[in-house]
Amino acid sequence: MRVEIQNLTIAFPTATGISHAVRGVSLDLGTEKLGIVGESGSGKSLTARSILKLLPRSARITADKLSFDGIDVLTANESAMRAIRGRRAGLILQDPKYSLNPVMTAGAQIAESWRMHRKGGAREARAAAIDLLAQVKINDPGRVFDAYPHELSGGMGQRVMIAMMLAPDPELLIADEPTSALDATVQAEILRLMEDLVARRGMSLILISHDLPLVSHFCDRVAVMYAGRIVEQLGAGELAQAKHPYTRGLLDCMPALSQPKPRLPVMTRDPAWLA
Amino acid sequence: MSATTGQSWRDWLLTDTPASRRQAAWGERYRLWCSFRSNGLAMIGLVVALAMVVLSLSAPLLASYDPGTQELANRLARPSAAHWLGTDELGRDVWSRILYGGRVTLGMVVAVVALVAPLGLAIGCIAGYFGGFADRALMRVTDVFLAFPRLILALAFVAAIKPGITSAIFAIVLTAWPPYARLARAETMTIRNTDFIAAVRLTGASPARIILRHVVPLCLGSLVVRVTLDMSSIILTAAALGFLGMGAQPPSPEWGAMIATARRFILEQWWVPTIPGIAIFVASLAFNLLGDGLRDVLDPKQR
Amino acid sequence: MIKIENLHVHFGAVHAVRGVSFNVPAGASFGIVGESGSGKSTVLRALSGLNDDWTGSMRIKGTQLAPRRGKDFFRRVQMVFQDPYGSLHPRQTVDRALSEPLEVHGMDQHERRILQALSEVALPPSVRFRYPHQLSGGQRQRVAIARALMAEPEVLLLDEPTSALDVSVQAEVLNLLADLQERRGLTYLLVSHNLAVVAHLCPMVGVMQGGEMVETVSREDLRAGRTVHPHTTELRRLSTELEEA
Repeated sequence: MRVEIQNLTIAFPTATGISHAVRGVSLDLGTEKLGIVGESGSGKSLTARSILKLLPRSARITADKLSFDGIDVLTANESAMRAIRGRRAGLILQDPKYSLNPVMTAGAQIAESWRMHRKGGAREARAAAIDLLAQVKINDPGRVFDAYPHELSGGMGQRVMIAMMLAPDPELLIADEPTSALDATVQAEILRLMEDLVARRGMSLILISHDLPLVSHFCDRVAVMYAGRIVEQLGAGELAQAKHPYTRGLLDCMPALSQPKPRLPVMTRDPAWLA
Repeated sequence: MSATTGQSWRDWLLTDTPASRRQAAWGERYRLWCSFRSNGLAMIGLVVALAMVVLSLSAPLLASYDPGTQELANRLARPSAAHWLGTDELGRDVWSRILYGGRVTLGMVVAVVALVAPLGLAIGCIAGYFGGFADRALMRVTDVFLAFPRLILALAFVAAIKPGITSAIFAIVLTAWPPYARLARAETMTIRNTDFIAAVRLTGASPARIILRHVVPLCLGSLVVRVTLDMSSIILTAAALGFLGMGAQPPSPEWGAMIATARRFILEQWWVPTIPGIAIFVASLAFNLLGDGLRDVLDPKQR
Repeated sequence: MIKIENLHVHFGAVHAVRGVSFNVPAGASFGIVGESGSGKSTVLRALSGLNDDWTGSMRIKGTQLAPRRGKDFFRRVQMVFQDPYGSLHPRQTVDRALSEPLEVHGMDQHERRILQALSEVALPPSVRFRYPHQLSGGQRQRVAIARALMAEPEVLLLDEPTSALDVSVQAEVLNLLADLQERRGLTYLLVSHNLAVVAHLCPMVGVMQGGEMVETVSREDLRAGRTVHPHTTELRRLSTELEEA
């Protein structure tokens, strides 16, 4: 499985003209964990979602190349995209409260996702769902299977969401701020779980986040986006060697527990970064 | 030249940095108008509704006859050059009666709306904002009114006083307010728990001030939408009361009453009852389209 | 300035805050950290008067607080909310939001006070007549801070004031809060889930878990890892782990 993006541009028409949200992004993804980091409005989510063609209807998308495992996403029709979405590539969103169906039990939703992509009876689906719940390290899968989303904590809900996305055995998982709504203790558990599953199943992962230290801690490679462009790509653990002033600025302006900073450095945005 | 001043007006309205309260307010209105304008059906509704109001208001100028003048020799005439829409059973000019009837019918609608909207808004906002006992008491009263079929309640009310336009207006108001109160209450209950209302409470503002200045403006959008959607049913209720002889009294030309008196001729002289029917239909449709368009613009939930 | 003793808050059958006590001297900052559901925001809302179903004792400047607060309380204590998108009225301009406290308290010189408040939170006068949807998240939070300062309070309650902001904007807002405190001698009560943010602004930190304040620790002890309660240690470990990466 390989995702290739070359010179991707996403634009939106507005009342006063056209605004470019993503400007000429090129990315290559193999079987690895790629982090995309940036502030709100940097185009990180749009870039990742363009692979699944899950963009707002008004978006105008152009690229020299945008392919998922050799399939040209730009020219693919809806039914070809549906074969990728959910089946070959899953999407995990920020808040499980909004992405799970509130009137279906967690187990039913996982079972449905499993049956949609693999033919099987209700009993097999139930067994598969319970197995998946166990895989996302839920201690009592039988109880969670019959629970409704509102009866689950945020961390539990996110595990259910991950289990649902794993059901069709995808090759790529896109996680859009998967832990931003969760507490620090739960966040660490969910990330560890995702790391473990990705390694075990040989999946690719795109982790989208605003949290640079978190992403670089967790991913093999990090792309830093600013105003619709990738300004810097870093390997794991190379955060300290970041060269671009924007990346440096992002790291410096965070308050740190280990060393006191009497005053936080404020980022001055150089217009040259946009060039 | 005019193109450039037009452009500068547009820039003044759409600027991201207004220089005064007035400019900011007009800019916001202009933005709403722009998004309303892009909806073709809603524009048709607006134009038709405005045209009907203007036509009714200028009835004395446009009417070719006095609406009360009888010409018994020429009763139930077909539409002709002399009588554009024909004459009714007493030989009165239908075109003139439609114009003057618009004043009565649309006037009733306006009067009903002017009374119903503030009443429903006040009851709903108070119930929704305070909750608890006030909410339960006011909502039970609302339920009582909702429990009666609308037309029957209006009929009973008019029959109890004396038939006429004023009592018809009050009867419709009496039956039309509960849905507005329910709507305003539901809106208020979501608004009252927002942080921005909490912030106003923390300035020490009184509940009256919070409701009037912060809650009501937000309810207004969906209320206006509901009103325009309801206008057609108010017209129909007014017409129904007129039809049953409980609304406008003869010889006053009210659209519903015009149908009622002419219904005997529906088979032989079909145009006599049909023309006021078309007027009612067009007015209802126009207000409905207008309401749909306003909902797209004003109702934040649909955005 | 703030003295809270044995505060309990119930939501129906849920005992959300179980006997919390702490003190904040005038001009100082006290931070409360905890995870969601620990009751940290509930303490703030009870103190601010938004929730009047509590028992215990709360004093501001020695005055015992009743469940219902008078206008003088709201001149003395103000609050800044987490979500700058939700805390500004969507149909009101910045000007309207800032004049509201002035009108409620019958204060004079609106024009001068509004312009001064904008410059104090480093916003250009051009934002004065804009609507919230025309502002960025950071600008909105500055407006919310300016609004809280309009009535010239002595105590500012900060409920996750930077959690919804990007880190670069968070730095600007935290600097602004530090400057304002220095200039006006404000007393801060800051609630956050982010240990680093709390330690940055507050010399004293209270850690909450399950409705109880399990530990009160100085910022220096927290930095050095001299913590007693396992929950504090765990939160500290998670926070420093990423910093060292």
